Amino acid sequence: MNGSPRFFAPMARLLHWLMALMIIAMLFIGAGLAASVSERHEWLIHLHKPLGIAILALVIVRLVVRFSTRQPPLPADLPLWQVLAAKASHLLLYGLMLVLPLLGWAMISAAGDPVMLSSSIQLPSLVAANAPLFAVLRKAHGYLAYLLFLTVLLHLAAALFHGLIRRDGVLQSMTGGKD
Amino acid sequence: MVDHSSPPRPPLSTASLIARLVGIGAVVAVVAGAFAYVNGTLDPQRLRPKTLVNALETNNGVHPGLRRNHAKGVCVAGYFESSAEARAYSSAQVFSEAKTPVIGRFALPSGNPYAPDSSVPLRSFALQFSQANGQQWRTGMNSMPVFPVGTPEAFYQMLKAGAPDPATGKPNPANMPAFFASHPETAPFLAWVKTAKPSASYATETYNGINAFYLVSADGQRQAVRWGVVPQSQDAPGDSAPAGNDFLEKDLVQRLASGPLRWQLNMTLANSGDPVDDASKAWTGSHKVINVGTLVLQSSQPQADGDCRDINFDPLILPSGIEASNDPLLAARSAAYASSYLRRAGEVSPLHSAPQESKP
Repeated sequence: MNGSPRFFAPMARLLHWLMALMIIAMLFIGAGLAASVSERHEWLIHLHKPLGIAILALVIVRLVVRFSTRQPPLPADLPLWQVLAAKASHLLLYGLMLVLPLLGWAMISAAGDPVMLSSSIQLPSLVAANAPLFAVLRKAHGYLAYLLFLTVLLHLAAALFHGLIRRDGVLQSMTGGKD
Repeated sequence: MVDHSSPPRPPLSTASLIARLVGIGAVVAVVAGAFAYVNGTLDPQRLRPKTLVNALETNNGVHPGLRRNHAKGVCVAGYFESSAEARAYSSAQVFSEAKTPVIGRFALPSGNPYAPDSSVPLRSFALQFSQANGQQWRTGMNSMPVFPVGTPEAFYQMLKAGAPDPATGKPNPANMPAFFASHPETAPFLAWVKTAKPSASYATETYNGINAFYLVSADGQRQAVRWGVVPQSQDAPGDSAPAGNDFLEKDLVQRLASGPLRWQLNMTLANSGDPVDDASKAWTGSHKVINVGTLVLQSSQPQADGDCRDINFDPLILPSGIEASNDPLLAARSAAYASSYLRRAGEVSPLHSAPQESKP
């Protein structure tokens, strides 16, 4: 364990794959409920709110894990633009994971609606009721969710590019193994 | 573990490289395609919240800052005094506390904010009960006993039948009768509307929740109900809607100036066999009706800057102890109201922009 690790810490990998599933599910649930007037709208909303709060809690744990464990370095021969793209997209992913649940929570608060995670679990309001603010937050929630989806697609494409084309160990650093 | 320390990387053949790039592209395309299906882009026939709200805007015009339906209204405030009768059926705090504050809104069921009060024989009443525990109960009620249709799809077809013909700017007069003829579920509503006439006052109307809900008791028993409020005020004999476009709000302000207005909140308990998922069907025969309390209204405010203005009376904002039924109109109302609310919340209403700016 003297050199750089080749793999992410087991906890980091567990959180990555768990959250990958949750976030992709969340993006589809959100897009589906916003485009439905059927009963789906209702049961998707009932999934969306607690799942969003779970993601918010997990991303905080994940940031702690990220800063308290060592990350495998990117390959030395990776072109600079790809290094920059990797760093920027990860920053964006973490930022959006953190911001989207907070926006959802704040927008429900700004609408003056009780923030209910179930029929009886209620969270406090993040902001006071304010309809124009609701409109801004609700639009930001939608647009940034699309940005997150595009970033996830880019992340997926880049991971497969590392795994199938460059074959440089970057994909394996997240899929598994022990140092 | 296999040692990966120096993975051999023989160059890919051109064919292999292309196959792998195509494979990556295919994975990304499948995920993006699935997403585009779910969000409706690849499924344009799907009825979406914005489809309904766009149809309302087509029929009524766009009136910035105002509700896309039930656009003309007035805010009211008061409280609800519970009786003991609902407590056995529902654990909601609104029925266990003596008093719960209420904000409400009376309105004309039309998307045109300038519609004359006598233009429709219907009035609506929306309420928000704010429980002490922070949970809320919102409901939107109408003076009719049943809804014309039972599904959002049929409601959309009805809106389309009322859409202006681009050639004349007015709805084709043959469309609405044709819609009713092809939708026999509208018969109970049509039978009622024949006898209905525009009332002279908001205060003398009965308002019905129409959609069914479940009262849920502390031990988990569910009882399907339809609720409604019955006025204690009554029309003087022979009272009918006066001339003029805007008599309802004036009447309400006048009546409140001389004292609070009261309604009794009733819950009709479903018999087995009553349709709980179809708001176009009446519950016929004898039913147990419980009087769950008295609604007392004490004051009103113009809607342009009243407390009800920024409330979305989403019928699925319910406290613990009241649950939605499977009536498909409930989810559709919730989804469409959210879309209408987002539009108007992001707009500045010409009705209240000036007074708003003069406030600190």
